[in-house]
Amino acid sequence: MAVITFREALNQAMSEEMERDDRVFLMGEEVAEYEGAYKVSQGMLKRFGDRRVIDTPISEEGFAGIGIGAAMVGLRPIIEFMTFSFSLVAIDQVVNNAANIRYMSGGQFTIPIVFRGSSGMAGCLAATHSHRLEAWYAQVPGLTVVLPATPADAKGLLKSAIRSDDPVVFIEHENLYGEKGKVPDGEHLVPLGLAEVKRPGSDVSLITYSRSLKATLAAAEELAGEGIEAEVIDLRTIRPLDFEALLASVVKTHRAVIVEEDWPYCGVGAGIADRIYQVAFDELDAPIRRVAAKDAPIPYNRYLEASMLPSVDRIVAQVNDVLYKK
Amino acid sequence: MSQVQTEAKPAVTRSQALGWLRKMMLIRRFEERAEMMYQKQKIGGFFHQYSGQEPVAVGSIGVLREDDFVITAYRDHGHALARGIEARAAMAELLGKVTGCSKGKGGSMHFFDAEKGFLGGHAIVGSHIPLAAGVAFAIKYRGEDRVCLCYFGEGALNQGSVHEAFNMVSLWKLPVIYILENNQYAMGTSLDRSSAIRDLIVRGATAYGIPGVSINGNDIELMAETTREAVHRARHGEGPSFIEAQTYRFKGHSISDPAKYRVQEELDEAHRNDPIVIYQDVLKERDWLDDATIERVAEEVKREIDECIEFAEQSPEPPLEALYEDVTLAPHLPQE
Repeated sequence: MAVITFREALNQAMSEEMERDDRVFLMGEEVAEYEGAYKVSQGMLKRFGDRRVIDTPISEEGFAGIGIGAAMVGLRPIIEFMTFSFSLVAIDQVVNNAANIRYMSGGQFTIPIVFRGSSGMAGCLAATHSHRLEAWYAQVPGLTVVLPATPADAKGLLKSAIRSDDPVVFIEHENLYGEKGKVPDGEHLVPLGLAEVKRPGSDVSLITYSRSLKATLAAAEELAGEGIEAEVIDLRTIRPLDFEALLASVVKTHRAVIVEEDWPYCGVGAGIADRIYQVAFDELDAPIRRVAAKDAPIPYNRYLEASMLPSVDRIVAQVNDVLYKK
Repeated sequence: MSQVQTEAKPAVTRSQALGWLRKMMLIRRFEERAEMMYQKQKIGGFFHQYSGQEPVAVGSIGVLREDDFVITAYRDHGHALARGIEARAAMAELLGKVTGCSKGKGGSMHFFDAEKGFLGGHAIVGSHIPLAAGVAFAIKYRGEDRVCLCYFGEGALNQGSVHEAFNMVSLWKLPVIYILENNQYAMGTSLDRSSAIRDLIVRGATAYGIPGVSINGNDIELMAETTREAVHRARHGEGPSFIEAQTYRFKGHSISDPAKYRVQEELDEAHRNDPIVIYQDVLKERDWLDDATIERVAEEVKREIDECIEFAEQSPEPPLEALYEDVTLAPHLPQE
């Protein structure tokens, strides 16, 4: 098993899939000659040429639509948003067209496309460049929404996303690009729609995804020092949710805390908590608690921004709450 | 609107011309009867009539190959029928039936037919303009000599993504022909009140280095010839074209629009210039058509539409399980 960065893992996933399937191409702003704003596509122009690695003008709505049109007639585009914050100007294409065309055409057209790019509170980028839009996209039937947290998952999930016949919103956290981790050698695929227990435990279920996995695992370590065994579940895909995995954990621990970087109101955790309550209310020994971003726009100031993030302290406090330890 | 420019020298064979005339008459009859079905509340939602604009769709689609693509906006019945979608499947779709061309999931504004290369029926103004660019991108990517025809109204020229797409199709020389159907009204707002520049060729073509012409789109053979030239260029790697087809819609923007923003004299003038009657006269001049034939075709079309209404009415509603079908190709897991 090689140790590589999250960025390299994504690059390998795209390159391997482009190698095996000529229908796959990469399009976006600065993906070719500049080699990616975050260097995710480093070396790909040289390897695949400008037919398959395509720089676009700054026209997110336009090139998102071009990707969808190409997918309608059989290509398998990877559309890179420099950040998902910029997907807001393309959201008509993602929601109205990518997610709906199969349904509205009575199943005659499929849209095998991946929209991918960076996201999240990455440090002093202020309100317009720090969006976490996963809850927005996860609400839309027709989309698959994936947020990997480790290099191995980044590679395996992106390869599966490219092979998916349905539109996938693949959200990478900007602060994870430099993270290193072991990635299995050879063909490595991680199925979409499956969560993974990243740390087994029996006292409380910590449900999380993307960058928040790090703080959640650190919190679990700290809790272990106090004799509390937390089970950490990495959702990896938030639509469709791996509800079976969540249920199995909650039935075991009877307590759950959801850790997410998006806003609390109508956030991913709100939808997950609702589903657990509907099915497993009687299994719970405490109300489900959530650690999300604070309900304010993202500030530029580093201390204010840090106060919004799910931190080890905030997670531990909520775990103590569901364990009635004050 | 200028007078018919079709010259004495026909641009088509007799059988092709009669076929186009029949198609236009079919579209007209379809729209008239569908409107009656709407009034009887058998059709729901929004409903946009194509009457008066038939030569634009029939003339341009008439020069395509079977393996080409067509994509259009929400006023899509005419293009769908011109492309060969069966009237019965179109009518069934309007009634929301499972036998409809989109299985009752799309309705009036979202007709689709993969086999016919008919890529919709798109109801967010301008949002299909980038899709057409993507289809053309795929054609070029695969080294094919197919083309994509894309229709839209003059109102769409005011949407941002339209201009993004125009820029990219020209930059990348993609085989797409954009056909602006200028029916003079963007819903209820006339061009005067919505476009800072009256010349739409300047806004949609010249600005992006795309060859553009403005023609009388209601002259069907001129429409066909102009499209044929653009298609020829596209097939030979010479990139996109832009055709402004001047036309006129007889009806309001949608069925709920009484079109009070235009004067009766203007409408009377348009009806006097009914493009179907004009083409019938042209064909009569050529001795290709007589009144008896017109009557016979009208009768055939009437029967065909009667039959398709009966088919649509007798077709079943989709079963309730269909709600969750065709969401994704992979099994759809409702997040409920």
